[in-house]
Amino acid sequence: MAQTAILVLCRHPEIQATIIRLINNNAEWTATGFAEPADALNDLKNKPYGLVLLGSGFDETEENELILALQHIRKGIPIVKHYGGGSGLLSAEIYQGLGPLIA
Amino acid sequence: MANTVLHKADTRGFANHGWLQSHQSFSFANYYNPERIHFGALRVLNDDTVLGGGGFGKHPHDNMEIISIPLSGDLEHKDSMGNTAVIRNGDIQAMSAGTGIYHSEYNKDANEAVKFLQIWVFPNQRNVEPRYDQVTLDPADRHNKLQQVLSPNPDDAGVWIYQQAWFHLGEFDKGVSTTYQMKAEGDGIYVFVLKGDVKVNDQVLNTRDGFGIWNTSEFTIIAESDAEFLLMEVPMEFKY
Repeated sequence: MAQTAILVLCRHPEIQATIIRLINNNAEWTATGFAEPADALNDLKNKPYGLVLLGSGFDETEENELILALQHIRKGIPIVKHYGGGSGLLSAEIYQGLGPLIA
Repeated sequence: MANTVLHKADTRGFANHGWLQSHQSFSFANYYNPERIHFGALRVLNDDTVLGGGGFGKHPHDNMEIISIPLSGDLEHKDSMGNTAVIRNGDIQAMSAGTGIYHSEYNKDANEAVKFLQIWVFPNQRNVEPRYDQVTLDPADRHNKLQQVLSPNPDDAGVWIYQQAWFHLGEFDKGVSTTYQMKAEGDGIYVFVLKGDVKVNDQVLNTRDGFGIWNTSEFTIIAESDAEFLLMEVPMEFKY
């Protein structure tokens, strides 16, 4: 089964660790985390990520610039925002980002 | 003409973790329904039962307004801001996670289950300083009238959050009715029936049913039996 590689950008270290752990608990997904946009953008150039998850620690301006930069490197890659920091919303956000569920 | 959405109690998501039984009105954790993600700024409405001695261990949150309303039993709260508190039936707790907070919520009692509503609302500001608030409500103030329990205003009744949202509780005898006027244009109301039967305009609702109504400036709610309910007014469009 092919795994979807998920790039996680989050400056809050414990929240990033929580997100990574939860994503990797799902056999269909694998996550790599970054705190700094430059590192994430560089890795996106080299690896076949299927989705970007934006976590905490960015203001609105920074986030908008980041989205443009991500789209510039990989046009059409789903970029989803993670809300709440914990486990509650994470799966729904990723499922939404990856598209409709096929029963 | 108002828009409406009905979520019958038995169509909610359900998770049984042994120590926790959770009925979820919107997609949460392993429950995913693309047609039930949120109602405006209201993102989470979990109807939780935690067995004696059980609870949610320390875990992080950020940028979310988290409201807890105990329905029975006592819940012990601890957080990274140094707050330690017990919330009981009749209290309401609000936490702005902002830049980041850790908290735990445990059933204070080793034997009796605690039942509470866990509600998450998207904030209207990001990266605020985390804060915790708790208020004890007088049940008499909601007997046959609406009691405001949450607002956007620190000086108003109940707790406050970083969102243009207003919550009210009602405990109505059979036959009692009221007309609710929306506080702000563009808002919607999510009605959650805690006990008994009510009718919102022409829609009959039973225990634990949820009903969203928007594109209207007011609606009427009548108790079809002795009933308790929670009204959650939230913006339907919001910027985050």
